[in-house]
Amino acid sequence: MGVRALLPTIELSRRTMTPDSRSNQSTDQDQNTDRQQSNDRQHHQGDDPRHRNVDRSGDLGETIFRTEDLNVYYGDFLAVRDVNMEIPTRKITAFIGPSGCGKSTLIRCFNRLNDLIESFHLEGCLYYHDQNLYGDEVDPVEVRRRIGMVFQQPNPFPKSIYNNVAYGIRVTGKKKDVDLDEVVEKSLRGAALWDEVKDKLGDNGLSLSGGQQQRLCIARAIATEPDVVLMDEPASSLDPISTLKVEDLIRDLAEEYTIVIVTHNMQQATRVSDYTAFFNAQPTEEGKRSGYLVEFGPTEQIFNDPKEEATKNYVSGQFG
Amino acid sequence: MSSSNQLSRTPSPKENPSGISRQRGSRQSIGETTWTVLSGLCLVIAIIPLVLVIAYVVIQGINRMDLQAFTELPPPPLQDEGGGFANALVGTLVMVAIGALISVPFGVLAAIYLSEFSRGRIATWIRFATNVLSGVPSILIGVFIYGLLVLTQVTGYSAIAGGCALAVLMLPIIVRTTDESLQIVPKQVRWASVGMGASRYETVLRVVLPAALPAIATGLTLAVARAAGETAPLIFTALFAQYWTFSLDNPIDSLFAPIASLSVLVYNFAAVPYENQQELAWAASLILVAIVLITSILSRWATRNRIY
Repeated sequence: MGVRALLPTIELSRRTMTPDSRSNQSTDQDQNTDRQQSNDRQHHQGDDPRHRNVDRSGDLGETIFRTEDLNVYYGDFLAVRDVNMEIPTRKITAFIGPSGCGKSTLIRCFNRLNDLIESFHLEGCLYYHDQNLYGDEVDPVEVRRRIGMVFQQPNPFPKSIYNNVAYGIRVTGKKKDVDLDEVVEKSLRGAALWDEVKDKLGDNGLSLSGGQQQRLCIARAIATEPDVVLMDEPASSLDPISTLKVEDLIRDLAEEYTIVIVTHNMQQATRVSDYTAFFNAQPTEEGKRSGYLVEFGPTEQIFNDPKEEATKNYVSGQFG
Repeated sequence: MSSSNQLSRTPSPKENPSGISRQRGSRQSIGETTWTVLSGLCLVIAIIPLVLVIAYVVIQGINRMDLQAFTELPPPPLQDEGGGFANALVGTLVMVAIGALISVPFGVLAAIYLSEFSRGRIATWIRFATNVLSGVPSILIGVFIYGLLVLTQVTGYSAIAGGCALAVLMLPIIVRTTDESLQIVPKQVRWASVGMGASRYETVLRVVLPAALPAIATGLTLAVARAAGETAPLIFTALFAQYWTFSLDNPIDSLFAPIASLSVLVYNFAAVPYENQQELAWAASLILVAIVLITSILSRWATRNRIY
């Protein structure tokens, strides 16, 4: 519990911190600056009564993902380091930060999609409902059935609209009592696409416009009723009107799903998210960029009263 | 002289008030014209052999493209007219079919392994080996099968041996084109499928393979076209036959007999002094050209539905 209490978690705002565990850690001179910073941040959060009320729903709920000292590598290259955060259930958590800070890399850890990248490996712990997501006994296929994903580029399968949405049900083994037509309609309605495509469910998914394709991908992701939907810059390739539609949709989905969304559009983060994690990139000796978590907290606090100088510069647009 | 005048002439502000009028004789426009003419000329030169070959084959071959040619057996040397290449046409079809039957499943599955499941070094080496194999002269493939199947009397001179030679010839083409077709399918689509909780084999079977199918079909038709026209691998393996050696009554046994083929018929008949046989060689050449043409059109038609 001592370690957890030190994490920059959203639970901190209402948790009474034990002074002894904190002082032990913060007097340790060997600690890296990040850890110290996060300690400082917690002092602020703990002391500052304003942050007790920033959560919009007033209920912080339970945690679905928890990371402990997560380091993500591609080969020897440390892409993202020292990520400590707790992601709350049925809330929208946004990852913001400049290009190359590892937001997308990190989000792909949550459904073990990085397993497809040969050189990828991970250190530290990532817990999903208190089970280590990277434990030996974990079946990554099962993980991905519970944690769906929507990608930056709309990527419908070259199949009919119907078959796109039905795909997840089919690969997870269709149960006898599942009415596929019903699931398809429900998912398309859920993705606010039903009215536009109900008369052409047999058309190829690639024949739709970019915004429709992205909503089709969202419908496809929610058809299997996952626990979490990860979204990697879902609106970055869309025009402003489609973007607003997708954002509305994301807000609606948050009533049923936990959503983690990567975006480099800060307005989008303020519009849709409940919590925001700000990542920054640091040039390495080899000339690459290594990302790290700077600050994590309620969106309102991150944007209006950031604790870190880097966060303040970034959200106010003074970032180099 | 007039052009050099133009070169030195500065256009009056009246004629070219904004400076954007076309200026003839400028260094840029001369370069433009020169290169356009030069490359156009090269295009014409490059196309000449193609047009001549097709025109010549059509002119020489078309008058023997009658029903006889498709129904009768090759004529003996001193027969002045008549005869056909029915057995050679069937022989080519049979051997290409055998070749495809062997090479398509192996080739496509090997390519799927290469593209979807293999990792790192092994894949690099197998790809390299495939490239080398596709560059091996076809006559070497003929000699290889001759040593492997004919000389050892495993099959002797036969349709099977010929089909195997064609299979070896087609294999690298199929592996390469299929591999390339699969790799064109975007990574994002695979990720989407895996992200939905599909296993890798489900991803390949349900998403990647269907998406790549038109491109794979193109590769297969090109491989078939290439095999149908090959002569060298068949000379040592299938030999030739003046008579019907393949019969539907006894298909399996007849595959172990030497068999005629269009390309070997052309090879045998083109250089003999008998006019009747020469004419048939031209007609058979026309058929081979037609096969290439038809398969190319087919592959174009398949690519029309290409997704990526």
